[in-house]
Amino acid sequence: MSWRLWVPLFVFALFLGLAAYQLTQPKDEFVASGMVGEELPYFNLPPAMEGGEGVTNATFADGQPRLLNIWASWCLPCIAEAPHLESLERQGVEIVGVAIRDRPEDIARFLAQHGNPYSRIGRDDLSEVQLAIGSSGVPETFVIDGEGVIRYQHIGDVRASDVPVLLAELEQAR
Amino acid sequence: MIAELGLAALWLAAALAALQMAVGFMAVRNERASELAGLIRPAAIVQGVLVALSFAMLVWLFAVTDLSVKLVASNSHSMKPLVFKLSGTWGNHEGSMLLWVTVMGLAGALIALVERRLPERTMNATLAAQGVVSLGFYAFLLLSSNPFERLPTPAAEGMGLNPLLQDIGLAFHPPTLYLGYVGLSVAFSFAVGALLTRQVTPDFARAMRPWVLGAWVMLTVGITAGSYWAYYELGWGGWWFWDPVENASLMPWLAATALLHSASVLASRDALRTWTIMLGVVAFSMSMVGTFLVRSGILTSVHAFAVDPERGTFILVLLGIFIGGALLLFALRANTISEGERFALASREGALVFNNVMLSAILAIVLLGTLYPLLTEAFDVRVSVGPPYFNPVGAIFVIPMLAVMAVGPLLRWRQDRVDRIGREIALFAALVLAALVLFGLLADIALLPLLGLAFGLGLAVASLLPLRRRKLGRTPLATWGMVIAHFGIAVALIGMASESAFTKERLAAVAEGDSATVGPWTIVLQGVEPVAGPNWTAIQGRLAASYDGDEPDILTPQSRNFWAPPQQTTESALVTRWNGQLYAVIGDRAPDGRWQVRLWWKPFVPLIWYGGLLVALGGVLALLGRLLSDLRHRRLAVRIAERRADREAIA
Repeated sequence: MSWRLWVPLFVFALFLGLAAYQLTQPKDEFVASGMVGEELPYFNLPPAMEGGEGVTNATFADGQPRLLNIWASWCLPCIAEAPHLESLERQGVEIVGVAIRDRPEDIARFLAQHGNPYSRIGRDDLSEVQLAIGSSGVPETFVIDGEGVIRYQHIGDVRASDVPVLLAELEQAR
Repeated sequence: MIAELGLAALWLAAALAALQMAVGFMAVRNERASELAGLIRPAAIVQGVLVALSFAMLVWLFAVTDLSVKLVASNSHSMKPLVFKLSGTWGNHEGSMLLWVTVMGLAGALIALVERRLPERTMNATLAAQGVVSLGFYAFLLLSSNPFERLPTPAAEGMGLNPLLQDIGLAFHPPTLYLGYVGLSVAFSFAVGALLTRQVTPDFARAMRPWVLGAWVMLTVGITAGSYWAYYELGWGGWWFWDPVENASLMPWLAATALLHSASVLASRDALRTWTIMLGVVAFSMSMVGTFLVRSGILTSVHAFAVDPERGTFILVLLGIFIGGALLLFALRANTISEGERFALASREGALVFNNVMLSAILAIVLLGTLYPLLTEAFDVRVSVGPPYFNPVGAIFVIPMLAVMAVGPLLRWRQDRVDRIGREIALFAALVLAALVLFGLLADIALLPLLGLAFGLGLAVASLLPLRRRKLGRTPLATWGMVIAHFGIAVALIGMASESAFTKERLAAVAEGDSATVGPWTIVLQGVEPVAGPNWTAIQGRLAASYDGDEPDILTPQSRNFWAPPQQTTESALVTRWNGQLYAVIGDRAPDGRWQVRLWWKPFVPLIWYGGLLVALGGVLALLGRLLSDLRHRRLAVRIAERRADREAIA
């Protein structure tokens, strides 16, 4: 009879051991887009500001890898990543912007204040492109290869430590 | 200043919990310390007041959006509606832990104020055990997650609240569940107190029962509301995902259901003593294990929030101390508790024991399924366990349980003959068989939903039988409670089975002005437009839905974008009719300009949640009935004592 009384404690000890082991294991918290490895879907965005060029999926299929940066003038982390995008641009990276639910005058003010690293910016008023490429928030940065295939996704603002990572991914996508 | 006062109140409350624990254990071990024992009740009461004050101050800080407090700055935003500022208090890790310990403190104060049935020693042991549990949570708050921490410089603006949580349903869902968990922590303290003093008596069960009932009602309401929230807010059209977070609240509910029934047997028949104690320990353990799984980020979940391995470690240590300690105590002491009254297998007790075993088996299955991915991950295999495991394996135990639930309440206590209720059993069996044949022939339904419909209908009728040949006005509230709760289970079951059997789904790409059909509905997409809310923008579809050619209802499903923090949510749109719900979600725009629209016609799906509410209502009635009869007994006891005093005075 009495050994049975120890069974719950034994089972619990097993659980405790397993949980303790799992806690010490590193965790991968990255929520990747299901579109990584896929070709960009069709889209055609109007230019974000007068005189600029719009963005279509064809923009990306000319043999040269690029960054696709999802941002908005109303997004605070986008201010934080602005200098790092500029440093990428100075190193010869072409960055295509997609402004989410934004107004031309706000976009112009943001770029005047925080610099303009973009070769062109499209306006995505209904978050179509954002939804289509599996981005869940602003900002996000995608590496697109010369065939227009999504090769890498960076979630959140680009920090100084992310710049070499993005450069390496671009090199790989070449 | 308010933040510092709140922190000070928290430290003081923690000190009182320590006092409660130390003096309580001394008083249990050593009769001579009994003059100190007078401190225990006041300590518990003052502790409750202090921690409630501390919580009130945190609510205040959120109400005024004091951005110099780190917790407020990282979870609130000055532009949020007030109700979400307030609910933001517990919409995060620190705040929800403070809410937990607040409810525990108030529960302890209430026990200290009103509980008079327990022998003084058991009472002291119970409050000491409560002190241990509270102290663990105080340590957690004060050492690793201080909710009142200030920022070196106040933030310019807050980060906002997870938009998924900005929903009135979810604002009140966690506190409801917490009340349930905490009620179970009180049951746990009672169990540990009784183990310490070896006094497992019907009085003990009667003292514990209202706490278990209250906790169980709260868990029922919390799970029901949570399920409905997930159903309309997440936009995937389902109502239960077997997600670890959902299981985290289901497991304590299963254990509490078993505990409730077993405590009733102990209270009225003085049987099942060790079993009740064991369930008291297990029920709270399930709350803690659930909290650990959710908070540590050890399991991947669609709800993953407050993920932090360091906090996970802290909760794991607490788990080890509380549950490990209680189970150790159980292993050492349970032998010395005698089994109590004996009963025949064919009796009300027998049926209750059978269902307790079934509930425990279901609990084990859910626990195993929840932990299985954890086990395989240790061997680098990533799996997810879902409905294909839980539904059929659970059904193996649910079905016999439903059968015994239908006829068990008709059996007499202690000893009965099954053939005495032969007619009722035959009625139930006939109903189930008839439904099986009818639905099996008429519709093309899978086995599980078919069984669910048949047993649900059978149970719905059978659960009302205990009211037969009774004067309804004079039937005790507790009996009404049982009948309504069992009936609610049947209603929910019918809803679940019908949702699974008859749902029609349609994924259509429609241009503006075009229509799509699902089941008896015709839906026309009238247009798509951008709309803006207080802290979000959205695209909103305008759908005109008509049932069988009736006058159309207008649905406006949205895909919302929040900007603080940036996140996208799906707002589904629903039309509820007496016979089901139409559920619509708007998706992406296709290259050719058509919009993706997901439509579901779900016959009788609201029964799931009506059933849940009926179950909770049954619990409320039972609780009221118990409290009223306790009150009557107490008055009676006072009157008897007065009369005896009179007689002695005359003599």
